[in-house]
Formats: sequence, structure tokens, C-alpha cells
Amino acid sequence: MDEVLSISHAGKSRGSLRVLEDISISVEAGQRIALLGHNGAGKTTLMKAILGLTPLGDGQITVAGHTPGSAPARTTTAYLPESVAFHVALTGREVLRMFAQLSGVKPADVSPLLDRVGLAHAADNRVGTYSKGMRQRLGLAQVLLGRPKLALLDEPTSGLDPISRHELYAVIDEMAAHGTAVLIASHTLTEVEARTDRIAILRQGKLVANDTLANLTRRAHLPIRLRVRAAPDCAADIAHETAGARVNGMHVEMLCAPDDKMAALRQLSAMGDKVADIDMHLPGLEELYRHYATGEDG
Amino acid sequence: MIRRSLAIARTEWAITRRNRWLVMATLIMLLFALALTFAGSAPTGTLGVDLLTVSVASMTTLSVYLAPLLALMMAFDAIAGEVERGGLALILSYPVSRGEFLLGKFLAHLAALAFAMTIGFGTAGGVAAYYGGADTASFTALLRLILTSITLGACFLALGYMVSALSRSATTAAGLSAGLWLIFVVLYDLGLLGAVVIDDDGFFTKVLFPWVMAINPADAFRLWNVAASEGVALTTGLTGAANTLPSWVAPLSLLTWPVLALGLARMFFGRVEP
Repeated sequence: MDEVLSISHAGKSRGSLRVLEDISISVEAGQRIALLGHNGAGKTTLMKAILGLTPLGDGQITVAGHTPGSAPARTTTAYLPESVAFHVALTGREVLRMFAQLSGVKPADVSPLLDRVGLAHAADNRVGTYSKGMRQRLGLAQVLLGRPKLALLDEPTSGLDPISRHELYAVIDEMAAHGTAVLIASHTLTEVEARTDRIAILRQGKLVANDTLANLTRRAHLPIRLRVRAAPDCAADIAHETAGARVNGMHVEMLCAPDDKMAALRQLSAMGDKVADIDMHLPGLEELYRHYATGEDG
Repeated sequence: MIRRSLAIARTEWAITRRNRWLVMATLIMLLFALALTFAGSAPTGTLGVDLLTVSVASMTTLSVYLAPLLALMMAFDAIAGEVERGGLALILSYPVSRGEFLLGKFLAHLAALAFAMTIGFGTAGGVAAYYGGADTASFTALLRLILTSITLGACFLALGYMVSALSRSATTAAGLSAGLWLIFVVLYDLGLLGAVVIDDDGFFTKVLFPWVMAINPADAFRLWNVAASEGVALTTGLTGAANTLPSWVAPLSLLTWPVLALGLARMFFGRVEP
């Protein structure tokens, strides 16, 4: 077992507000963890606590065995803030060179990194001329400096087009393959897709889920939605027999637990010609996330 | 430690150069210094001093206003601006301490100020010496002016960082810096003047006044330059206050301020949560 990040019973208050409450997460080398939650759920605060930029009220965090904010912890951690704003007057290469010098990496190693994130052609242009996607890539390039053991990415995909997002995840996968533990904060599950090994969900500073996507789906036990199109004048009969709700003159909608799915379908097929068509809607990532993040059923 | 400070300083220097700050500051210093040198060339005959001495005296008055202003304009953004842009959290996620970060910014800004002062005062002084003569004493006075101006700048750079660490936004920091400039450079002297008038040559005017004056770094700068050169004192008419004080007071004040203000800036910076 190679634990890179250990958060145990972390808590923090701001005034009378509990921004973090009894959070325990453990991340091993090479793992990719999604940290989800609404704006204000505590994701950024947790990241800043891991970086040692904000103190914890109770509990403790260790980064590769070191205290957050200590020199060895900072050397092993890379961070991509939510909206990176590098100085507009500097070129991408100059920005990256400064970070290389700060982390003790040879400035010569900067060029291959710019190449890796697809910025080689714009390396000597000013950051002021960069698009949002290019700035994000420059931010990603500094994350790759010096092969960190832990990478904290705060909303890395915000404002990226689908292709850039795909490339970003390719880079994240590569880092994980090299043994870097990656923590990705996001406010939607669809953003991180299924590209992570584990999903942790924060709600008002509390950790409400911390498991694999498959386990979360099973545990949420979200209902399947069946939308039945009735033959003319049969909608009332179907609604009566299945205890479903009539949507309009033509459609009946019914919810059933995953285990009752086959029984419901058999009942519907037994009605013969009355049923014209059936649409089956399985709970998606969005519903699953809403279930955990708000405590309501999607 | 110094390697990381230098990395910050190098980047900051590149920014100063690229956003034309360095050129603008140098031009401002040069133009004002030249203008004052030629405007002040009239009284040479009557006072019996060379043109360079008169020029240094004029430039001393100029520097009291300009050095703090240029320094504050460079410094106010250093912390509040970085926090606002979100850059500070990223930089501090690297193994660089807050002290190293501050020192890096300070080195770059001080170098920019030193460059502007040396070129501005140096050129104007050179021109004055060429046209109106100079001697060792007046050259020493010019050198002293340049070095003390840089120290005065250092002092207000540090005060600017302090204000920047105390502000939540760069705009607030800019406003507070303007206030700071007004207090140290204008209002403080006005207040002293008022006190002297009311006191009517009493205890305050005779004993306390020079000391209170020397506490302000801008006045300490003026006193130092005046007291150290007979010619400059003659031209500025500040001899009274300058001669009452022991000669070490003004230099001590001017040299202590940057150290003290940097320490305070570092302390307040420690409380900033990026």
C-alpha cells in the first residue's frame, strides 16, 4: 500500500459556518479521484488545506507523510487552480521557466513539456494572446513539472471544448500511469465522466459518498423511468393497471426499481396491442450525482 | 533560498520591462531632473556655488515627491493583485516561502527604481556639471542623492507591500497607497508646520521638532542630504532643522524604515490566505 494523500477527520469552520466536517479520504499512488460538489461545497477549501494554504480546525492531512505546506510536501504536490491567470506580459515559456526554477527542475526540461500539452508553437507568445484553453494547457504543463506524487486539479475542464477535454484526460491518465495520485475537483459528474477510479462527493462540507462509480450506482438504487406510448384511447387503461401517471393523452410514465424492471416489462407486454411503444430511461450520471449531492432522488 | 527569490525577481523584472514601466519611470525621472536643473540655474551667481550643487538641491526636493510615488505605484499590486488573479495560491504551492517571494519582488522593483534614479539624476547631474562646473563636494552630493533616493524608494516599496498585504483587492491597495503618499509626503509636513506656528518658538519648535521631522522617512531623506552638504543646505534653506540634530539621526531613520516596513509587510503577508 502506497498512500500518497491521507485526510483524516478534517474539519474547519469559517465563523459559524462549518466549511469542512469530518472528512476522511485516502488516495494511493496512481489513483484518480474525482472530488465533486456544488459551488461552496468545500472542494476548493479542501484543496487549499491539502496545499497548506489554509489551516484546518481539526483532524489532519499528510502528503506523502509530510505536513501540508512543508517544503517536502510542496515539492511532491502539483496544483492547478480553478482559473489560472498568469501575467499577460510574460510568454508561456517564461512562466513555465519560473515555475521550473521554483521547483528545482532544470529549465531545459521546459520545452518538452510545452510540446506535450500542445503549446510548442505558441511558447514564445505572450500569455495575453492565449485563448482560455491555451492558458489551461499552460497550467497543466506546470502540473507536469518534476513528476509530482500528488496532483490537485481544481475544475480543470471548465471552459474547455470536448477535444481539449479529451486531451486533458489523456494527460491525466498518463500521470496516473506514472504513479501520480490525481485529485480532480469538479461540480458535475458528467465533466469527469467515468475517467476516475473513485468518486468522492461533498455536500455542505460533509463527505456524502466515496466509492467507485459502479458501487455508487448500485447503492443509490435510483428508479428506472418507463415511458409508455399507448394505442389510441388506451392510455387510461394502462395508467390504471400499472399505477403509472398519465403525461398526456398518449403517454403514461412509470417508475420502477432496478430489480422490478423485468416484471414491469412483462406486465406491459401482456397488455398486447394497447401498448404502442416503450422508452426506457436508465438513471444517468447527472441523476446519480444529484442524488448524492442534494440528497434528493433524481 | 536566494535561487528561488531570484527566479521571482527575474520574472518580475521581465514584467517591469515589458509593460514599459521601466522606460516610463526612467523618462519621468530624467525629464523632471533636467527641467529642474535648468530652471534652477539662476541663483548660482548670488550663492557662490556651482550649478551641480544647485541641481542636487532641486533634485532632492523632486525626489522627496517622486521616489515614494514611483515606489508605491510599483508595490501596491504585489500581493493583493496576485491574490486577485489567483496566482499567489499557485506560486505558494511551490516550495517557495512567503519571505522568498516578497524578497524576489523587492529585488526586481528596487533594481528598476535604482535604474531610473541613476539614469535620471546621473544624466541631469552630468549636464549640470558640464555647463556650470562641479567639484568633489558636489559630485559626492550627487552620489549621495542617488543612493539615498534609492533607499527612500526601498522604504516606500516596503510600505507599499504592507498596504498590499492588508488589502483585499488591488484597487483598495492603490487607494491606500495614494493615502500613504499624501500622509508621508504632504500632510505630515503641513501638520508640523501648523504645530510650529501654534507653538510660537516654544519647546516643541526648539527641541522636539527636528526629531519628529526625522521620524518621517521622506523628511529624514531631505535632512540627510541637506546636513551632509553645506552647499545644498545653503540652497534649500533647511539648515535650521538639519543642524540641531546629531548627524546620525536622519541616516538611521532612513535606513531603519525599509527594514522595519519589510518586516511588517512580511508579518501581514503571513496572514493572507490566497
